[in-house]
Amino acid sequence: MTDDPRPDPDALLAQLRQDEQREARGRLRIYFGSSAGVGKTYAMLVAARKLAAEGMDVLAGVVETHGRSETAAMLMGLPQLPPAQIEYRGKTLAEFDLDAALARKPGLILVDELAHSNVPGSRHAKRWQDVEELLAAGIDVYSTLNVQHLESLNDVVGGITGIVVQETLPDTFFDRADEVVLVDTTAEELIERLAAGKVYMPAQAERAAKNFFRKGNLMALRELALRRTADRVEDDVQAWRSDRAIAQVWKTEGALLCCIGPHEGAEHVVRSAVQLAQQLAVTWHAVYVETPALQRLDGARREGILRTVKLAQELGASTAVLPAQNVAQALVAYARTHNLSKLLLGASQAKAWWPRRSIGQVVAGLAPDIDRIEVGRSEKSRAVSAPPRPVRDDDGAGWAALRPYLWAAAVCGATTLLTHALVPYFDLANIVMVFLLAVVGVGVWLGRGPAVLAAFVNVAAFDFFFVPPHLTFAVADAQYLLTFAVMLVVGLVTGQLTAGLRFQARVATHREARSRALFEAARDLSNMLTIEQAVEVASKVIGREFRARVVVYALDAQDRLQPPLAAADSTQGLDLGTAQWALDHDLPAGLGTDTLAGSAWLYLPLKATMRTRGVLAVRPEEPRYLLVPEQRQQLETFAALTAMALERVHYIDVARSATVQIESERLRNSLLSALSHDLRTPLSALVGLADTLAISQPALSPAQAGLVAAIHERTQRMTDMVTNLLDMARIQSGAIRVRMEWQSLEEIIGAAIKSSQPALDARQVTVRIDPEVPLVECDAVLIERVLANLLENAAKFTPPLSPVAIRVRVVGSEVQLSVHDHGPGVPKGQEESIFEKFTRGEPESATPGVGLGLAICRAIVEAHRGRIWAEAGSGDGATFSFTLPLGVPPAMDLADSMPSVTPAAH
Amino acid sequence: MSNPTPTALVLEDEREIRQFVRLSLESEGWLVVEAGTVRQGLIEAGTRRPDLVIADLGLPDGDGVDFIRELRTWSSVPVIVLSARTDERDKVAALDAGADDYLSKPFGTAELLARTRANMRRVRAGRSTTEASFRFGEVEVDLAARIVRRRGAEVHLTPIEYRLLGVLIANADRVLTHPYLLREVWGPGHAERTHYLRVFMGNLRQKLEDDPAQPRHFITETGVGYRLVVDAAEG
Repeated sequence: MTDDPRPDPDALLAQLRQDEQREARGRLRIYFGSSAGVGKTYAMLVAARKLAAEGMDVLAGVVETHGRSETAAMLMGLPQLPPAQIEYRGKTLAEFDLDAALARKPGLILVDELAHSNVPGSRHAKRWQDVEELLAAGIDVYSTLNVQHLESLNDVVGGITGIVVQETLPDTFFDRADEVVLVDTTAEELIERLAAGKVYMPAQAERAAKNFFRKGNLMALRELALRRTADRVEDDVQAWRSDRAIAQVWKTEGALLCCIGPHEGAEHVVRSAVQLAQQLAVTWHAVYVETPALQRLDGARREGILRTVKLAQELGASTAVLPAQNVAQALVAYARTHNLSKLLLGASQAKAWWPRRSIGQVVAGLAPDIDRIEVGRSEKSRAVSAPPRPVRDDDGAGWAALRPYLWAAAVCGATTLLTHALVPYFDLANIVMVFLLAVVGVGVWLGRGPAVLAAFVNVAAFDFFFVPPHLTFAVADAQYLLTFAVMLVVGLVTGQLTAGLRFQARVATHREARSRALFEAARDLSNMLTIEQAVEVASKVIGREFRARVVVYALDAQDRLQPPLAAADSTQGLDLGTAQWALDHDLPAGLGTDTLAGSAWLYLPLKATMRTRGVLAVRPEEPRYLLVPEQRQQLETFAALTAMALERVHYIDVARSATVQIESERLRNSLLSALSHDLRTPLSALVGLADTLAISQPALSPAQAGLVAAIHERTQRMTDMVTNLLDMARIQSGAIRVRMEWQSLEEIIGAAIKSSQPALDARQVTVRIDPEVPLVECDAVLIERVLANLLENAAKFTPPLSPVAIRVRVVGSEVQLSVHDHGPGVPKGQEESIFEKFTRGEPESATPGVGLGLAICRAIVEAHRGRIWAEAGSGDGATFSFTLPLGVPPAMDLADSMPSVTPAAH
Repeated sequence: MSNPTPTALVLEDEREIRQFVRLSLESEGWLVVEAGTVRQGLIEAGTRRPDLVIADLGLPDGDGVDFIRELRTWSSVPVIVLSARTDERDKVAALDAGADDYLSKPFGTAELLARTRANMRRVRAGRSTTEASFRFGEVEVDLAARIVRRRGAEVHLTPIEYRLLGVLIANADRVLTHPYLLREVWGPGHAERTHYLRVFMGNLRQKLEDDPAQPRHFITETGVGYRLVVDAAEG
């Protein structure tokens, strides 16, 4: 550690992140006591009543009065949440109603007995998980807890009091509480209260409880509670200090590695590790190294070990199961990659008569720099709520297990007979070889046990039949003892080796089968082109691989889960709500998880690269099957494959619709430009020919000239109409392309006035542009079109020589352009409708125009993310305004930084 | 005019338009040669050596832009493009390929003849650029002394403004595209910075126009480029 007084950036970052999460989260206060009866619930109610009196929205979610009158009196007057009624095995049980509490969303909710286990069938197995969800929803929670329910102190308390409680709370949750209030009473007072009948005691547990409430016990519990609180206070002080840069307190190096062994007592090691990690204020890891030998352990033992790993995870460790040949090497490698300097492991189980180096010693040899801490074995280690071992039906299995041994015996017999026939021709030394060959053969075909049997039987048979004196086990020549010894050792070693090979071959076959299944699934899924196909293939493949019923919920276009298509009988017990929960929280739910563990289905979110694509629901025939980590991992890999397939199909759809869109746009554009050409060309000819007629020689009579002028004018108008219609068609079909460039509005206005000059005729146009108006990003051609349309509109509805004014200014984050005329103005109530297609201010008039001009203006302005509107004005003409968003014009290296000036003119 | 009877080539596939262009030009004393395809147009241009070409962009056997590019490899005759399309990019492409001017359909006789006259005047002016000063409206530019005067009073221009003005004067009455101006004034590599052009053109208008929002000489051809109109009456 350095002496730098600055706080560790990692720690600060973690702090910030926590603070951020806390902003939205509710706050948790735990009333913490040494035992029942110290007055936690009472203290909680006192505080809650005070807040309620101050106007806070307080709700009693679940409060256990245990028939105590003082407590019941405190509860009076607080709004209470009615409990949910949950059916379980034909009985109706009352339980805290989480959904009602979330729906009610009070400011503060009281939830007694944090370590309580919920009635099976509730959403979460434990009440603290309910509290977690309440906090996540931003609701403040007050709760209570006894010291013996803390997971890490559980076996300590069990050791002191002789009573082990099953309901525990992970320490991580306790440590995350925002406030912990210690409710303390002396042991004497507690005993007095017990005597006065003020402490709850269920009738059936009376004797045990009496035992529990002995003075010695109570004092020890009180000490534990006080110390645990003191630890927490110290943490708070440290957090406060690190917050204020007084000293660096959090170590990122020196973290702890806890090695979980296969033997009983591993939980004790884990609990010791969490205590040590807390004292050292370091993070900790827990790993279980699974060697091939350990992989052969029976299911229940393995499950027990995996439960210990899970316990470590619940206690806040980063956990891993490392498959490896050598435990010590795997541990050292893991410690190196994760920068862990302390190794905690259970006391070695070395047997005295077998001089073998313990794992700790091997680690010391490999990595002398790693501190090793050996934990003594606890006297009374509680099995981590292991389920009762399933009863094996052994009748068939026993016979099957015995068969290889019978075969081995038969091989030995055959060998003896064969060698007996060979004796006249061969030396005894070579006869031994045949026996050895038989042992090796048995080892290869039948495994280790039969090979051991064969080794012994063959030694015995060789001695009995071939070593003089024949037909006795007596040995005349002592040198045969060496033969026996060598034969036995060779037999055992080859048996062991071949058995190892067989095991590895089996593992390899297993792995190969798994990879092949994955490969096939990936191949099948990669060929699918629709969501339905992908869903079907995934269901089939996963169902076959895991012997399970499988339902894949894909997302529909609105991102809702699509209900499964499968028949009702194969989806029994399936719950869309749970699937939705898994999708929303991006966490697995159901069977074997923290959420609704009682469900028969496991719900896995299908996470793909970009987002979650649906939910996979699996109902295995044998639920235990999915608890095996390899299986679970395999299932998750399948889920990932399915997710990727769904994502790929999704993007295929996106690409396809984009192609269709591009194609239809291309078609529309070519159609429009063909139409434009075909309509405009004859009109151009008409205009030109009329003009030519006007200047032809000899000059036309005045009447004829008037007719020619009329032809010219009408054709021009016709052209304008066609242009408008085509533009509108273009805009409506989405074919309009806005080409954004940084433009000068002054320039665009100038061009618009020039192009509408024929319509404006002799009208005076005044332009006022505020000097602060910057360059604006827009399509100059289109905006000129808008301005020209507005100017022509003004010209159309105002008398000749009436002036038109253009005003440009910055309003907020937009630039606003207004065209003001002195005509009749827009009729009241039509300010909006004139922007519709084919609408004009006056329903019938001699003023020409199809009324598309303003609709085109609006389409163009909206394509620029601007607004356009008309103001009826107060009898002084009409004002049409539109806005364009202001941006930040690109920088200009204003540069008259050119080297020299050479006039380009010549 | 150099020839007693100047010749114009009209390259246009629509017979009616060809006819009216011919009639208009003939009324001004031109000898008109007609062509309806790119191939025929190139043959006529090579054999008749016209003084002016008026070319449509959409032709049955190819694009008018290709015709201009081909023509420019051996001739510098003024080319006016007729475009039925509204897309300004086609006009820019034609101008960049070497066209001198464009007319959007439909156009009237008056417009056609005005453009024709302006282009011919530019050709004549090009042959006698020995003049030391240039004049448009109330502005007089002394090219030798690099002094700009408006109504007799000297106007100060920054080096870039003067350079831009110089390029416009050298191509007076001609449409200059944005890329061309950027290349000529700022050098290659600045073709994307059209906003520079807008700012400096605005400055020139502020200094040399009566009403910068309604310019009479520094004319914007929206989406295409700029044109310096010498005789404002004909703009």
